[in-house]
Amino acid sequence: MAISDVKEYTHLTEEEVEQIGRELDAIRAEIEDSRGAKDAAYINRLIKIQRGLAAAGRVTLLASSATGKAKKPAWVAGAALLGVAKILENMEIGHNVMHGQWDWMNDPEIHSSNWEWDTAQPAEQWKHSHNYIHHQFTNVLGYDNDIGYGILRMAREQKWHPVYLGQPIYNALLASLFQWGVALHDLDLERIRKGQKDPKEMKRQLRQIARKGRNQILKDYVVYPALSGKGWKSTLTANMTANLARNLWAYVIIFCGHFPDGALHFTEEEIEDETRSEWYLRQILGAANFNGGPLLHIMSGNLGFQIEHHLFPDLPSNRYADIAVRVRALCEKYDIPYTTGPLYQQYGQALRTIIKLSLPNSMTSSDQPPPMTEPPTPAHDRKRRSDDERPPRRRELGGWMRSAS
Amino acid sequence: MAGATTIPWSRLRGAGDKLTTPLHPDDYLRLLNPLWSERELRGRVEEVIPETDDAATLVIRPGWGWRYDHRPGQYVGIGVQVDGKFQWRSYSVSSPPRRKGRTISITVRAMPEGKLSAHLVNGLAPGTIVRLALPDGDFVLPDPPPAKMLFLVGGSGVTPVMAMLRTMDRRAQKNGRALPDVVMHYSSPTPERMIFRDELDDLEARHESLTVHRLHTDLDGMLDLADAERGLDGICPDWRERETWACGPGPMLDAITEHYRAAGLEDRLHLERFSLELGGEGGEGGTITFRNSGKTIEADGATTVLEAGEEAGVGMPYGCRMGICHTCTLTLVSGTVRDLRSGAEFGQPNERVQTCVTAAVGDCTLDI
Repeated sequence: MAISDVKEYTHLTEEEVEQIGRELDAIRAEIEDSRGAKDAAYINRLIKIQRGLAAAGRVTLLASSATGKAKKPAWVAGAALLGVAKILENMEIGHNVMHGQWDWMNDPEIHSSNWEWDTAQPAEQWKHSHNYIHHQFTNVLGYDNDIGYGILRMAREQKWHPVYLGQPIYNALLASLFQWGVALHDLDLERIRKGQKDPKEMKRQLRQIARKGRNQILKDYVVYPALSGKGWKSTLTANMTANLARNLWAYVIIFCGHFPDGALHFTEEEIEDETRSEWYLRQILGAANFNGGPLLHIMSGNLGFQIEHHLFPDLPSNRYADIAVRVRALCEKYDIPYTTGPLYQQYGQALRTIIKLSLPNSMTSSDQPPPMTEPPTPAHDRKRRSDDERPPRRRELGGWMRSAS
Repeated sequence: MAGATTIPWSRLRGAGDKLTTPLHPDDYLRLLNPLWSERELRGRVEEVIPETDDAATLVIRPGWGWRYDHRPGQYVGIGVQVDGKFQWRSYSVSSPPRRKGRTISITVRAMPEGKLSAHLVNGLAPGTIVRLALPDGDFVLPDPPPAKMLFLVGGSGVTPVMAMLRTMDRRAQKNGRALPDVVMHYSSPTPERMIFRDELDDLEARHESLTVHRLHTDLDGMLDLADAERGLDGICPDWRERETWACGPGPMLDAITEHYRAAGLEDRLHLERFSLELGGEGGEGGTITFRNSGKTIEADGATTVLEAGEEAGVGMPYGCRMGICHTCTLTLVSGTVRDLRSGAEFGQPNERVQTCVTAAVGDCTLDI
């Protein structure tokens, strides 16, 4: 079942919904006002640690292959350092910087307008597909391209087709090649296949992807192995392992954001005349958190606070833990479902959905919470909307600028 | 950088790019030494020399990418992090240019409401890393300087002129020739608040061709340009024959401009206004709406969005006013603006634009 009206679903009056909006706005204003030197020190320290880890990983691998000493331990250490560095860069640094969480520092070196991250997708395309399409239209069927990424069937409303029988395999491929899946995400392969994509825009995007992908491949699979001389093979496999580890980790964390059972879907009726407060409410209902210690949260880019991230995509991630306490209290006060659980449970639910939805609806049952005050939603086509068919972007999602080339 | 002529460091680092992509090698190198980066120019504060109670000279050692060949009279941008946020201002360089320099000096006066200038004067410990923007400005000493010159300065407006005087002094010492014929008028509220007082005394004693006229405005009132005795005719009877450089508070510059215009001598007058150089074409202009403050204004294609907003009475954020610091960046809700430097247009909904260098192309709405 997908929700066509968040107010009705949560049994709240219009006044209550507006009040929730005001309280969330107040939290935002308070955090914005209190951003300061401590927050700036946090992101600068993290960037320093991350670059230190990356350099240490590269040097370990080069040194071991140059000297031929301690090959195995160096391989393990190098791959691990590099893997952790890539995870930190993508999750806690890159993703959050590109949302504009640190733009307030007025530092062009840590700014959403020019940050480029250590993965195949060009930052600009990410900022469009993620900041705008995903964050604004979170879990709205036919609007949020992140519901299954155009590859998986992740909602019962999406029409079944025999091709989805292979879903568990596509899922495994997506997980291990995650950065390349993400790289192609904004291209909109479906639109290209149907010949609806502007050829000029397509060429521009493909050029960007080719340039970025080439540099990434050159670095990890040509230049560093070449510098390793005889030990090139070990450097190459270590780099590949680091990339794979990052892919799997990022995939797991991201699948925990909107695919656990508690994260609900919405129909396009919901976003017609949606107020800011209703948008807030949809973010809470459409996202799922997971529990963990500070280290787990940093390694996952604080996306364990997915709900808070969706409410305030451009507030600094180091504040989400504090914000979560207040958002949770607010949800309890108004009896709004707040989805959270341990990481293994959240991912387990996502995996169960992937496997179940590979089959037609008639053969499986839904695991989503059943308040069922609304009639079931009719099956939904999977057509992607172009930007012209969507409402304009909201500014708190993070900036986006299109470059000339 | 001193070695730049012998070893192609920047080309070497450019090649290192393949190792660090998508970052630049400098992004790693600056973690070893904060000055080892050209991405954003940086400098280390080496010394803070108090000049008066409320003014100090900062001696800064710039990092990689700096060019010491500024022209005497030019200003630099300086950015410091206050409460986690970079704030930018422009200050004239007071040190003379040196081809193989190691440091530059800027002299800053703490303004009563200038949070940043107070921070620069009192809050910067030696060792602090600041951001820098390359020298700019056309308020400069020509090379060679004209034979007869007049400087009209007020308060901290003395700093660019000081760079010119120091340059001429250094050249005079080098080649043993006399300084050009220079008359300088220097207005300051009190003798104590006069920056470079001792140095000017010393310069005046050493150079016969330099005359410094000091006016302490708290005691003797403001400079009255038209007055026969106390005005320009009294201070410098041949002022009409001199190239004039004026730098000081706005009202003083306005009065000087008016006085020179009345005499038909505008060509002789050089003013320091921290203006930006606009090379691109203007927009076509339009109605600019400031959404949150509910104000609107008609602006032509040569007026920046920032100026239009200030005109409309909107509390516009700003910093350098020349497109380097991004303090003025606002969200463009709808419409299109054009970058007056490059001619590039920005018109995506909710795009972030620098208001100090962009002008409206048709109607547009900003989120402030």
